[in-house]
Amino acid sequence: MNSSLRLRAGLVSIVLLAAFLGIWHLATRSTGATTTMSPEYAKLMGLTATQGKSTMPGPLDVGAKLLEHLKRPFYDNGPNDKGLGIQLAYSIARVGTGYLLAVLVAIPLGFLIGMSPLLSKALDPFIQVLKPISPLAWMPLALYTIKDSSVSAIFVIFICSIWPMLLNTVFGVASVRKEWINVARTLEVGTVRRAFTVILPAAAPTILTGMRISVGIAWLVIVAAEMLVGGTGIGYYVWNEWNNLSITNVIIAILLIGVIGMLLDQILARFTRMVTFPE
Amino acid sequence: MSTFNDPFDADRNLQSGCVCGQHASAGEHEAALTLRCEPVESEEKRYEGVVASAVMRAMFPQDGARRAFLKSVGASTALAALSQFFPLKTATEAFAQAGAPEKKDLKVGFIPITCATPIIMAAPMGFYSKHGLNVEVVKTAGWAVVRDKTINKEYDAAHMLAPMPIAISLGLGANPVPFAVPAIENINGQGITLAMKHKDKRDPKDWKGMKFAIPFDYSMHNYLLRYYLAEHGLDPDTDVQLRSVPPPEMVANLRADNIDGFLAPDNICQRAIYDGVGFMHILSKEIWDGHPCCSFAASREFITTAPNSFAALTRAIVDATAFASKAENRKQIAEAIAPANYINAPVTVLEQVLTGTYADGLGGVKTDAKRVDFDPFPWQSFAVWMLTQMKRWGQIKGDVDYKAVAEQVYLATDTKKLMTEMGLSPPASAYKSFAVMGKTFDPAKPEDYVASFKIRKAS
Repeated sequence: MNSSLRLRAGLVSIVLLAAFLGIWHLATRSTGATTTMSPEYAKLMGLTATQGKSTMPGPLDVGAKLLEHLKRPFYDNGPNDKGLGIQLAYSIARVGTGYLLAVLVAIPLGFLIGMSPLLSKALDPFIQVLKPISPLAWMPLALYTIKDSSVSAIFVIFICSIWPMLLNTVFGVASVRKEWINVARTLEVGTVRRAFTVILPAAAPTILTGMRISVGIAWLVIVAAEMLVGGTGIGYYVWNEWNNLSITNVIIAILLIGVIGMLLDQILARFTRMVTFPE
Repeated sequence: MSTFNDPFDADRNLQSGCVCGQHASAGEHEAALTLRCEPVESEEKRYEGVVASAVMRAMFPQDGARRAFLKSVGASTALAALSQFFPLKTATEAFAQAGAPEKKDLKVGFIPITCATPIIMAAPMGFYSKHGLNVEVVKTAGWAVVRDKTINKEYDAAHMLAPMPIAISLGLGANPVPFAVPAIENINGQGITLAMKHKDKRDPKDWKGMKFAIPFDYSMHNYLLRYYLAEHGLDPDTDVQLRSVPPPEMVANLRADNIDGFLAPDNICQRAIYDGVGFMHILSKEIWDGHPCCSFAASREFITTAPNSFAALTRAIVDATAFASKAENRKQIAEAIAPANYINAPVTVLEQVLTGTYADGLGGVKTDAKRVDFDPFPWQSFAVWMLTQMKRWGQIKGDVDYKAVAEQVYLATDTKKLMTEMGLSPPASAYKSFAVMGKTFDPAKPEDYVASFKIRKAS
């Protein structure tokens, strides 16, 4: 039965989560005072040194802190201290801009390359070389040439999310079934009309798969980019809390980055399902 | 020495007897050359003093007449009489904001360490707004990013390591862009922290093969650590490994056993102790007492396009530095700069750094009120010393015009003028000699100094 399977899967998930939290809690309990030290000295030291508190926060610490953040996600205490909601909004806006620019470039370009085997072969080596470059490698170059840190961050998102989309579009367009193109040709359909009514719908699922991979990459890149550029965004937040060696806040940020990434992926998955067709 | 001089004191000589006008003779002035600026009870009073002096000077051009007047009516009556005809309060306010700034909304970048104290505290404690500026202090991820963002004009001015503006002006590790330093952020305020497992290895001679972290190549941290190692017979280029590591990663790396120690800016050293991963080997003060650490820097272009904004900014920084140099203000400062918006560190850690009563990591509590100190005057001899070390370690090659570079980058003359206007007493000369680990440095003979070191990079 389908519904009982779902129920059982849900139960197993909950048991796994509980076990994980339980082990986490036990592993990070404080061990009590380790060495004896004068009270005057102990006052100047942190909990790790005095109470033997684990350097990793436990699930209860993280939960309490998370609740605190969720209660006021949009506070603004000046340029370097803003609520998590504001930080996430900045990151999403940057990712959105860079990603949309990449879509605008990658899909038309991919379409052209896909329709011309010559271009496809000629550009392939360039794409293969550019594709595996990490965002952090682009960052110094971008900062140095663009001379504007927020534009640099957007550029890095753009440059890193363009390749999977481009490659998938090329692949999708190039592998449209020959019969369909031949039928269109027999019916004397013009090139432009053929591109929009035959090739685009046929390649759409592959293109959207490329877009789905790209949005994942864009969201991966933003954290690294913002850690370097600073100012605002969830990546900056992680860096700022690391600066304070506050692992609790870093874990919260990681959790939220995961949730947002999943949401972005789900949105594109839904679009992919909309254009998928049975053959 | 009080820098606030009462203009209604009959015995005071208002017509200056020396360059700064605060000493009876040039000789006495020379003697005070080593003195630092010390703030008076309140900045307002200091300004009032400066303005009142000017007014008294204008009313009684002759010294004798002024003395006679003051002697006959007394200082308080004179003040009351003067206030009646001349709105001293308004004049003081006007003076404090002399020359309307061309640009009021400014961005200043900083790295979250206690060296940036004056830059940071000037925002929450109102030193910028007092000088008519609306400054946003922006936390920045690393020194290279500070450099790039300042060169790109995203920042109008920034917190930099003291040698950085020199390096940028010379085009070391960047395009050559003329930069200038109107004020030193802090003096002292660093330390060598070692991992707990080395607590019995206190002699640097045993450090061969160890890995140390420094924050940046063009930093006092780099030069002081190299100097310290070399004085103990270790070649920093071959006997140990020096790595450039951003400060927050230093503590994590020390905990993970990736490095054996670091010479880092403070609150990072104390943080390692606070978390129980390291101990304080020595303070950088023990290598060179009174060494500069970080600087306040702006591009020449900003200075020429917005001279009034730049002057107001410098005034705010000098004011904040003067405030920070007073021991009794340090606790209040620690609280002001600890929140997430600024340094983002536990208040206890900042308090230990700023007050100088700190846990050493080995179970003892030490006290050194000058662990970190604040003195804005940009001694050009500091710049010459940094250049000698750049030469020594091969960062610059060939002939160096030490004096010309120092004078171009470290704006001692302008700062001196500004400080005098503010009622502070800057030193008369921009050069002074000092000792680093007992070895005296003569700023007039930099080449001989470089040549005198046995361990250095052959060039």
